[in-house]
Amino acid sequence: MANNKVSQDTGDLKLDRVSKHYGDFCAVDDLSLIVPDGSFFALLGPSGCGKTTTLRMIAGLEEPSAGTISIGDTDITTQKSYRRNVNTVFQNYALFPHLTIFENIAFGLRRRGVKDIKSEVESALNLVEMAHLAERKPNQLSGGQQQRIAVARAIVNRPEVLLLDEPLGALDLKLRRQMQIELKRIQTEVGITFIHVTHDQEEAMTMADTIAVMNQGKIEQMGSATDLYEAPKTAFVANFLGQCNLIKGKITSRAGDKATVTAKGLTFEVPLSRVATSNDSVFLGVRPEKLRLDDTGVNSIKNCVVTDRSFVGTSTQYLVRAPWDLELVVFEQNDEGLHDLRVGDTVSLEWDPEHTFALDGAGDINAGADLDDEE
Amino acid sequence: MAFLHAVSTGKSATKSVLKSRSLTPYLLLAPGLIWLVTFFIIPIFSLGSTSTMVRPEGAQIGVYVQELRFANYVDAFLANQDQYIRSFVYAGLATILALLIAYPLAYAIAFKSGKYRNILLVLVIAPFFTSFLLRTIAWTQILADSGPVVSAIKVLPFIDDLFRINNTSTAVVIGLAYNFLPFMTLPLYASLERIDPRTLEAAGDLYANGLTTFRKVTLPLSMPGLVAGTLLTFIPAAGDYVNAAILGNPGTKMIGNVIESRFFAVVDYPTAAALSFTLMATILILVTVYIRRSGTDELV
Repeated sequence: MANNKVSQDTGDLKLDRVSKHYGDFCAVDDLSLIVPDGSFFALLGPSGCGKTTTLRMIAGLEEPSAGTISIGDTDITTQKSYRRNVNTVFQNYALFPHLTIFENIAFGLRRRGVKDIKSEVESALNLVEMAHLAERKPNQLSGGQQQRIAVARAIVNRPEVLLLDEPLGALDLKLRRQMQIELKRIQTEVGITFIHVTHDQEEAMTMADTIAVMNQGKIEQMGSATDLYEAPKTAFVANFLGQCNLIKGKITSRAGDKATVTAKGLTFEVPLSRVATSNDSVFLGVRPEKLRLDDTGVNSIKNCVVTDRSFVGTSTQYLVRAPWDLELVVFEQNDEGLHDLRVGDTVSLEWDPEHTFALDGAGDINAGADLDDEE
Repeated sequence: MAFLHAVSTGKSATKSVLKSRSLTPYLLLAPGLIWLVTFFIIPIFSLGSTSTMVRPEGAQIGVYVQELRFANYVDAFLANQDQYIRSFVYAGLATILALLIAYPLAYAIAFKSGKYRNILLVLVIAPFFTSFLLRTIAWTQILADSGPVVSAIKVLPFIDDLFRINNTSTAVVIGLAYNFLPFMTLPLYASLERIDPRTLEAAGDLYANGLTTFRKVTLPLSMPGLVAGTLLTFIPAAGDYVNAAILGNPGTKMIGNVIESRFFAVVDYPTAAALSFTLMATILILVTVYIRRSGTDELV
């Protein structure tokens, strides 16, 4: 594709203290955010967390109640959507049903009076590998094909920022996986900033360089997929991204580079760098695959009972009850070290301090759990 | 053996189900077909045969014999071409007027009405709770020489003191537009309401301003409703005689008035029948050309 950008000043997308109120309801609450130019950024959160409202404000489909939005040095807060050099891939695609695929993709180019529409559209069609469908109407295409056309229709305009609103939500699992890889490839190829809104944590982790986890109109935590998964800062993030075991405890000492936490008479160690709070009341967290069915480690719980077991191919997932009212999830890799336990067996659990994290114990221990399948 | 038996009875059972199922569509069609044959097909043949009849010399009023005189059509048309052309002009003007009123109305109900949508839709069809005749007569009051509309216009400078609307062609067109307005509004509403608002947002996102979005997306997507609405207004308006009779004057007579007086006042059945057929044929041709040109069959 030729370089026919509407304006030349590309740059980082900045949201500065942006809020959006609908009557008494606060959809987005004093949100500040910088998306670096050319990155693949995901806004992840459960339905109603304000992620789509944020996206619509960037697109110009909603006006913020407060705050400013800018790209590079240009303030676009009150700019009409048709003047912004931002394009959107809508949920359910919103293709024009009365136009052919070719005309759908050419729509934005025609509005802007671009000269060589034919070759631009063709290269966009080639990018999404749909060149053979140019003369069809949208309703003659499958969901996955429509999805690609929606991407092509937006990307052909070479926007500074491409917004994707749950673009894969309507596709089945297999197609979704394929499109995730595809979108990632397209982003790398065109180098445009992608902002991807999704409630699917796996999708966000697979595709995005940076993920912002949103909850109730605020950003809970922002970072790479690894950061968010290995070192969550709140119970919401810990529960929302993958599964997590949280144990309520109290910090009894902070010495050197480690903290000691006691819970139900047992003591656990956690590196101070992985303690996300100054509070002494904490949730001690460890991911299921980090737990081992052994009793030799520093952090261990003895006399646990297996209450459930399910074989899922690459691993066996156990539900294990601690001597007090606490159920822990354990994933054991299916290799030679397999224990092959049965329901009712007594086991011990242990894990390394460096896989432990401590979160502020003031909130809800179940925040963010089982929210991701709502939509 | 028992298994085979079961299979064969199963087969015959399916067969009888299929048989009764294949009858169902015809049974469902029967009432409508009988109705159409009795009240449309037979009358239209009867009308067709009347149109070529001739009144024998010295026969009583209303007695005609079949002579296959197709020249009846030419005579009827030549004698009434003014009213004939006027009918289509009035119907066309009324259709345009109704469209100009109904499109913004339907658009507002479809996209901007929120919780008042159902109330507004009821208001659109509310006039049907009163008789067509009464509503038309009511317009003679609204447009009366001393009525609100005429008085208000007379306030303007350069308006003649003799200015009036009642009993003019303007009144007839207003009456036609008013009476068929719901037939324009409802199909338009139905097709506008089906438009996914996100396609309009997508147009804005793709650099189309409000007007361009309307021209390139909203209007093309509402074409099925627009075509249906204009047809449902134009066809009955072209054949209407009530509005011209109540709101017009002898100089605003439409073809419907001529047919009515030929049938009931003059008792000249062949001329009335010939005019009816000509009217039907003309509408049919106009509609066919219109649908072809608007290309609605290509729309979803």
